[in-house]
Amino acid sequence: MMRFPADYKYSKDHEWAHAQGNTVTVGVTDHAQRALGDIVFVELPPVGRVLKQGETFGVVESIKAVSDLFSPVTGKVIEVNTGLPDDPAQINKSPHTGAWLIKMELADPSTLDGLMSAGDYSKYVESLG
Amino acid sequence: MLKRTAIYEEHVRAGGRIVEFGGWEMPVQYTGLLDEHLACRAAAGLFDVSHMGEVHAEGRDAEGFVNHLVANNVAKLSVEQALYTPMCNDEGGIVDDLLVYRRAPDRFLLVINASNTDKDFAWMQKILARERARFSDVRLTNESPSYSQIAVQGRNAAKILQPLVNADLSAIKYYWFKEGTVLGNVPAIISQTGYTGEYGFEVYLPWHKGADLWRALMDAGKPHGLKPCGLGARDTLRFEMRFPLYGHELLDNTNPLEAGIEWTVKLAKGDFVGRTPTASLKERGLARKLVGLKVTGRGIPRPGYPLYSPDGAMRLGEITSGTHSPSLNLPLGIGYVTLPHAADGARVLIEIRGTKIPAEIIPTPFYKRPY
Repeated sequence: MMRFPADYKYSKDHEWAHAQGNTVTVGVTDHAQRALGDIVFVELPPVGRVLKQGETFGVVESIKAVSDLFSPVTGKVIEVNTGLPDDPAQINKSPHTGAWLIKMELADPSTLDGLMSAGDYSKYVESLG
Repeated sequence: MLKRTAIYEEHVRAGGRIVEFGGWEMPVQYTGLLDEHLACRAAAGLFDVSHMGEVHAEGRDAEGFVNHLVANNVAKLSVEQALYTPMCNDEGGIVDDLLVYRRAPDRFLLVINASNTDKDFAWMQKILARERARFSDVRLTNESPSYSQIAVQGRNAAKILQPLVNADLSAIKYYWFKEGTVLGNVPAIISQTGYTGEYGFEVYLPWHKGADLWRALMDAGKPHGLKPCGLGARDTLRFEMRFPLYGHELLDNTNPLEAGIEWTVKLAKGDFVGRTPTASLKERGLARKLVGLKVTGRGIPRPGYPLYSPDGAMRLGEITSGTHSPSLNLPLGIGYVTLPHAADGARVLIEIRGTKIPAEIIPTPFYKRPY
């Protein structure tokens, strides 16, 4: 059974969002990294870019597959995990912690409220088979 | 309805992730593609390739017929010898690539791609019907459901397989085979072939014995670092050798001369299907050829990505296969490039998600085995 942190929120595109005050840290879920396999490439947006919920903000690639990254909330990129492109396999090792992708300043709190809880995401993943 | 090999349950038990491939439910990976790829390079990999199709061509005129069907020279094969060859259409495009085994002077085994099995067999029947006057004594049968096929690839392949077979593996040369037994009394064809670039063997045996041999090999392989390998690793292993794959490098509108397998085309052997357009292409000169590419910027080439001249002005072709090479730890691609821009050392641009990324044409195979 996969475990998803209870204090995070989750999108159906398999990104997680961890809100602390007005700052939201974003990453891909353990389910996503498993589905992708060995991750060998990651491309992240520049600081300052404004993203709408659902907008593509980067890409992760495994040996076999290419997957777009979709912003789980609406807001501005205020920090990027700059070490990640040199060591993309971190996403396989610690998807929910060390291998966060970007931090955003939340512009529209309703976009965060609409995301799934850990329990709902877990059921969602189960339903995908 | 998707088909399953006789070894399917073993794949599920081993944690294989099952995907659809060419009408079959096959494992794409078990522990992880990278792990499996590197195990095959360093020790040994085990592959269920039972989805491949098998066709028997038998009779007094079988040699002449098979030689007419394919571009390589089947007449030169001794009994217990095999060859790799494209099978062309009338335009010189490729219907499929296959292995031809000569089991007796008048008996051939043709091994074809899973996803092409029905198309290939229909094509073979069509050519036979067209040429019946010349090849009256040929029986062509699709025996695909009768065979399981397992590949043991890697430097430890013989150590793992030898205890399970009656043939002396050290006496089987590259692209030769023996008809013997496995697991005591199970009839089998054991060839020194494979599509990974490693030393190794492929074993053909009765369909219902596939799982028994798989389990025995998994046990025998434990002390030798053997890992089961899925379709993912099979693809990256062949890619690093620049071995072409049907549906990527080989298509019904690509000619073998362009696809880097000109060594399989024997224009001097006499007439064969696709010979005339191929000979005329050779005379005119190729317009494009398949090359290896190393990305010098940041990005991974993937099938379909366009290739451009260094100034970005001229489209030169496109990527047919590409990935981050597990053995070389580099993003590499193969693709068709218009001549005369396809020389080793030439620079090109690969368009990756709207950005043109620099790359260089490099010699292939990308990987050479160190033993």
